[in-house]
Amino acid sequence: MLVYLLRRIAQSIFVALAMMVIVFFGIYMIGNPVDILISPDATPREIEETMARFGFDQPIYIQFFTFVGNALQGDLGRSFVHGESAVTLILHYMPATLELAALGLFFSVLIGVPLGVYAGYKADKWQGRAIMTGSIFGFSLPNFWVGMLLILIFAVELRWLPSTGRGDTVDVFGIRLSIFSENGLQYMILPALTLALYKASLVTRLARAGTQEALVQDYVKFARAKGVSETRILFVHVLKNIMIPIVTVLGLELGSMIAFAVVTETVFAWPGMGKLLIDSILTLDRPVIVAYLMMTVLIFIVINLVVDIVYTILDPRVRVTGGTA
Amino acid sequence: MTEMPAPIPLRERTADALPWLVTAAMALATLALAFGPDWSSLPARVLMLIGFVAICAHLLRGRGRQFFNGPVAYVAAGSLLLLVVLALFANEIAPQNPYDLRQLDIMDGRLPPGSTTFDGAMTYHLGTDEQGRDILSGILYGLRVSLSVAIIATLVAMAIGVVVGIYAAWAGGRVETILMRLVDLQLSFPSILVALMLMAAFGRGLDKVVIALIIVQWAYYARTVRGTALSETRKEYIDAARGLGLPVRRIIFKHLLPNCIPPLLVISTVQIANTIVLESSLSFLGVGVPITRPSLGLLIANGYDYMLSGQYWMSMYPGVALLAIVASINLVGDRLRDTLNPRLRK
Repeated sequence: MLVYLLRRIAQSIFVALAMMVIVFFGIYMIGNPVDILISPDATPREIEETMARFGFDQPIYIQFFTFVGNALQGDLGRSFVHGESAVTLILHYMPATLELAALGLFFSVLIGVPLGVYAGYKADKWQGRAIMTGSIFGFSLPNFWVGMLLILIFAVELRWLPSTGRGDTVDVFGIRLSIFSENGLQYMILPALTLALYKASLVTRLARAGTQEALVQDYVKFARAKGVSETRILFVHVLKNIMIPIVTVLGLELGSMIAFAVVTETVFAWPGMGKLLIDSILTLDRPVIVAYLMMTVLIFIVINLVVDIVYTILDPRVRVTGGTA
Repeated sequence: MTEMPAPIPLRERTADALPWLVTAAMALATLALAFGPDWSSLPARVLMLIGFVAICAHLLRGRGRQFFNGPVAYVAAGSLLLLVVLALFANEIAPQNPYDLRQLDIMDGRLPPGSTTFDGAMTYHLGTDEQGRDILSGILYGLRVSLSVAIIATLVAMAIGVVVGIYAAWAGGRVETILMRLVDLQLSFPSILVALMLMAAFGRGLDKVVIALIIVQWAYYARTVRGTALSETRKEYIDAARGLGLPVRRIIFKHLLPNCIPPLLVISTVQIANTIVLESSLSFLGVGVPITRPSLGLLIANGYDYMLSGQYWMSMYPGVALLAIVASINLVGDRLRDTLNPRLRK
């Protein structure tokens, strides 16, 4: 077990280092940062000075080692545009994304579980088939298109909810969150729904499969024989048994939710880290792109590591074949 | 005297190469279509359409009733065929070439659906965008870009995936471990994140989008093919072929490969839809296809700025087209999975 753990952790560190190399050299290919830092009529002397100040005059491998050295100390450079440390900048934008992802997860369970249980209950009837066909739409609808449609219906036509931006925020332990203010919550509903749709389809499918399996079990037959109502069987007995796999999968999906938030945040002009990434790509703000990618990669590596370790504890067979990155 | 085992019918296990050739021809035609300086010739496109229909017919021969099990299947297959035809013959069908500046009139900008040109010669059925381009024509041309980018990327990724997957399964040992670790590594990150990362490094461009989409997808195919190939190599017909002393190349290409393809076809159908969505998301974010060759995603992004002021048609109708193509591919893929997947067949 200990050997496996050490090997697994060493693997994760190796992956993190490899990603560092890929991200650095990949982003190095984007245009010349000096062009956006200096006004076009700068003298050659000024250009040279700026190059030297940012270290762009050094050979690329020296720049890389400086980058790695700084990164290990938690410094991923300063934003060209904002003038702030890139890590601070991202940490500043992160809570907005996380609360959006959390509400999105909540919505996906709220929508997906009842639909899935019902579809499993009526598996061979038209209701079940309709829900399954609907879930295909949920899988295939492009995220941004759903967001646009929601804005068009609820913000432009009905005027029930605000269209874009972030509403009032409340300070919770020094972090600005809008989930606790009524106005802020109104701004969150549409983007969170957009983000939730894909996961809701996934939950629907999982819940349906689980329900179909559970309905033929003995405890359901027993409950029926006892005269328990169908609703109670479905939403008390069956639900308790199918929630474990659903919660597991959703935990795994939290990471991809953060990645998908890039699109949703752009549609709703939500000031999260995804919007920050897109803005940085469009303005060639190299340090922020690198910092975002490194931090996201790190989050994923940690999630995968934790999942693998938990699985190993639960299922010793995994140890033989080894896990994923 | 012991009974002789029944001879294994080798011929039943070898598939014919026709659909392969047609697929390859179609891929080349699409390539010419997307990257050629101008439209490829009409006969080439007609040929491609025939090829496409022939593949579908070949796949479904004898299983038509199983595939068309309800009205949804008919509608999905019909609309998919219709959209493919519209995309293929966009410049014959579209009332206007939206990228020919001589045909545009800036005075016709942002007209609502149903408006006509000043002289009444042409009706803008779906309105115009801010440059006075006909939305309907833009959608037809955009559909072509979206479809061809997705098809090329999927086919190339599939080819790479098949080669890597089969190689890994056949070679085994250390090679397999390294290749599959690489696959696991890539698949542990969401595809949109990988694609964004690549596009941030490449910059926007049609060829760059295709390359990014290939890199995003190949690992998925490699994993699937390796899985199938591993279970196929353990079957008797491969042992029989080996026992006959057939050369390895022949076993792989004539026996193993054809049997790995059917599950792959089902996946690739759905994967084309996913690729269209991914490409349109990238284009919507402004890191996808260039402005000179807008896909549906970019059209939606262009019209998005005007949507909040109630001029919905500029992004709404391209969105409906995108939804139609993605949904019909997915529904057809869903039917294909039920029809072709031997594991699910009862």
